[in-house]
Amino acid sequence: MIAFWASALALSLLLYVVLDGFDLGVGMLFGIAPDEAARRHMMQAIAPVWDGNETWLVVAGTILFGAFPAAYALLLSAFYLPLLAMLAALILRGVAFEFRYKARRLRRLWDAGFVGGSAFAAFAQGAAVGALVEELPIANGQYAGGPFGWLSPFAVLCGFGLCLGYALLGAAWLCNKTEADVRDLGYRLLPRLLVGVLLFLAAAFAYALAMNLRVLHRWFERPEMLILPLVGAAACAGLVHAARRRIDALPFPLVATIFAAAFATLAASFLPYMVPFTITIEEAAAPPSSLSFLFWGAGVVVLPITLIYTVVVYRVFKGKVDLSEHAGHYE
Amino acid sequence: MDISALMLSRIQFAFTVSFHIIFPAFTVGLAAWLTFLQARAMMSGEPVYDRLFSFWLKIFAVAFGLGVVSGIVMAFQFGTNWSELSRRTGPIQGPLLGYESFTAFALEASFFGVLMFGRNRVPRWFYLFACAMVCLGTSLSSFWILVNNSWMQVPTGYEMRPDGVFVPTDWSAIIFNSVVWVRFPHMILAAYVTTSFCVAATGAWYMLRGIDRIEARAMIRMGLGLACILVPVQLFFGHLTGDYVVKHQPSKIAAIEGHWESQQPAGEIIIAWPDESQEKNLFSLSLPAPIGSLIDTGTTTGKVIGIKAIPKEDRPPVLIPFFAFRIMVGCGLLMLALSWGGMAYYATGRLERARWLQWAIFASFPLGFVATLTGWFTAEVGRQPWTVYGQLRTADAATPILTAPQVATSLAVFFVVYALIFAAGTVYIYRMLKAGIQPTPDHTDSAANPKRPLAVPGGSPGTASATPAE
Repeated sequence: MIAFWASALALSLLLYVVLDGFDLGVGMLFGIAPDEAARRHMMQAIAPVWDGNETWLVVAGTILFGAFPAAYALLLSAFYLPLLAMLAALILRGVAFEFRYKARRLRRLWDAGFVGGSAFAAFAQGAAVGALVEELPIANGQYAGGPFGWLSPFAVLCGFGLCLGYALLGAAWLCNKTEADVRDLGYRLLPRLLVGVLLFLAAAFAYALAMNLRVLHRWFERPEMLILPLVGAAACAGLVHAARRRIDALPFPLVATIFAAAFATLAASFLPYMVPFTITIEEAAAPPSSLSFLFWGAGVVVLPITLIYTVVVYRVFKGKVDLSEHAGHYE
Repeated sequence: MDISALMLSRIQFAFTVSFHIIFPAFTVGLAAWLTFLQARAMMSGEPVYDRLFSFWLKIFAVAFGLGVVSGIVMAFQFGTNWSELSRRTGPIQGPLLGYESFTAFALEASFFGVLMFGRNRVPRWFYLFACAMVCLGTSLSSFWILVNNSWMQVPTGYEMRPDGVFVPTDWSAIIFNSVVWVRFPHMILAAYVTTSFCVAATGAWYMLRGIDRIEARAMIRMGLGLACILVPVQLFFGHLTGDYVVKHQPSKIAAIEGHWESQQPAGEIIIAWPDESQEKNLFSLSLPAPIGSLIDTGTTTGKVIGIKAIPKEDRPPVLIPFFAFRIMVGCGLLMLALSWGGMAYYATGRLERARWLQWAIFASFPLGFVATLTGWFTAEVGRQPWTVYGQLRTADAATPILTAPQVATSLAVFFVVYALIFAAGTVYIYRMLKAGIQPTPDHTDSAANPKRPLAVPGGSPGTASATPAE
């Protein structure tokens, strides 16, 4: 039962990162779109799916509270300010999405909210992961770091790193879903962002070596884990190839593979801990009576329905964005 | 956590939850109202029901969207501000609130989409079924919230571990707790009554302005007619709710009643100004004994407990539950008078000429919201100083490491963001209501995205919009 909920949590987090990752990435790239037509084109590439993507964050939060209350209590209180600010950023971003079309004079403001909200949410998530990898200051089972205890140079580095990563996902999504100048923009950005992400990974690795982070020891203890970065590297090579040959459908799944490999690497180096080196998955888990109560309704019925629904929405939305259908409605 | 951070966390929770509850209070009722309209449209074949349905569907979509958006914050706030509560009661509250989110998703994922998209694409009977499922879904959502909240009011079915964690031992005792089955109908009825007054008020508004006459009459008839039946039932369930408080929560009932000394038999204080520092009422207007005993215990000799009988450290703040309760009951009685009086005028054909009554019905739309909010204030503030009544103090439930500046920052951020959203949402709904019922039912089916209810009224990219933007 614990294994089921841990897997469900990992799955919803991974889905969140890959799915909301690309629309947050497009949100950031929105800031460098050359003109209004390109901005609309970008918006349309994520419009039907972005809020469905965000539901995976709530699913993850819900599973964390229901199945792992000790970790939920520790993590959410430790990341108090960045987490609540991130929620506010996501809400603002979601509203800006709709309101920019209603506004006339304030459109610039809503656009700024859209780009800023996307970037801030990405940064906060990356910083949180960085702080976890570096290990949170914890005493007697309570976070002991103060309001900004999570905010280390490494966390900041990871924050920017994830911004780059999400932008890469976003660029790959644009290659996949758009045409003409917006797709060209995606292809122009892909190599630069990929280099940026690789530089970030190198810097993070160097930092981890220099600080002798405990996560790193896991890699030496578990050499079989090296297969995961290798998968990531293969996906990178594939991405370079796909970008050169301009095979529109490939970049996104390849970048998603890089993300999945990175996610799995992190998860494997955390195991059996949920909060690294403080609370194990076992310790964080709710009692069996809670887990099985949650399992027989939410686990076997609702979670699969939500998954199926996600698949259906993406199937309905497959192919390039159709511009003609919507053109001229918002003048 | 220091005192001010605790206070700010309480204010933040109260602010975000009060903001949130306005929308479910409206949408739970609207979902039922839409189902009813759809069924009537199918049975009678009269186009007025179809037009009403299309109109209220748009309102429903915006209110639903705002409810979802404001609800997301709630799912995280337990961990951020109330980490000790999450750690200790997570094994019980986590799964209950989990079921609430999952129910909402399952509903959103399937039938809400049909409601927004499928008007002309699915068979009529299936569309009606989808309406009924959305109605069921919103009610189920409230059900889980009420199960969770009732457990905090009257905890059962658990065992306390040595480390202070509440471990569930009997889920059926938690879910089938008798308190749930009084408070859940009370909340559902509150939502239905709130919605019926909004519908009737809209009808009265159109009647005053002389537009959409047929629809206006239909809305007044159905809104007031439903309220005529439901308000008395609601008063009865309100009384049952009071019974559980008398039985399980002496400190709350003492604050509501406002007696400082225990009395046997007791009078009933109608209105007073309780002074907590002097432990007496500076002014009071009461009904004589044994009316208070009769109301609280059902006997002429029952004892009504005084606030002084509760140890000082276990007393809730008196003023808020005392006044919130009276405002709630006052709204209830006003709604009773309005619905019966309005219906009497309507049935005898005098309403169309009684503009004062039309104004009164129009002005009554906030009554349901006010009653719902003050009812929750009574229940929640009256439960203080406990989070889990008698078991876990609010002060011990908070995140111990939070500082006042941290909470002040997040509270300010939420205040600004919510004010922005609330203002925009209210303007939206107001504009749609003001525009009246346009007889264009064909437009709603394609103007929506099931996952983005906020997109409905004006349309935005990705939603094949049939309504040109303003």
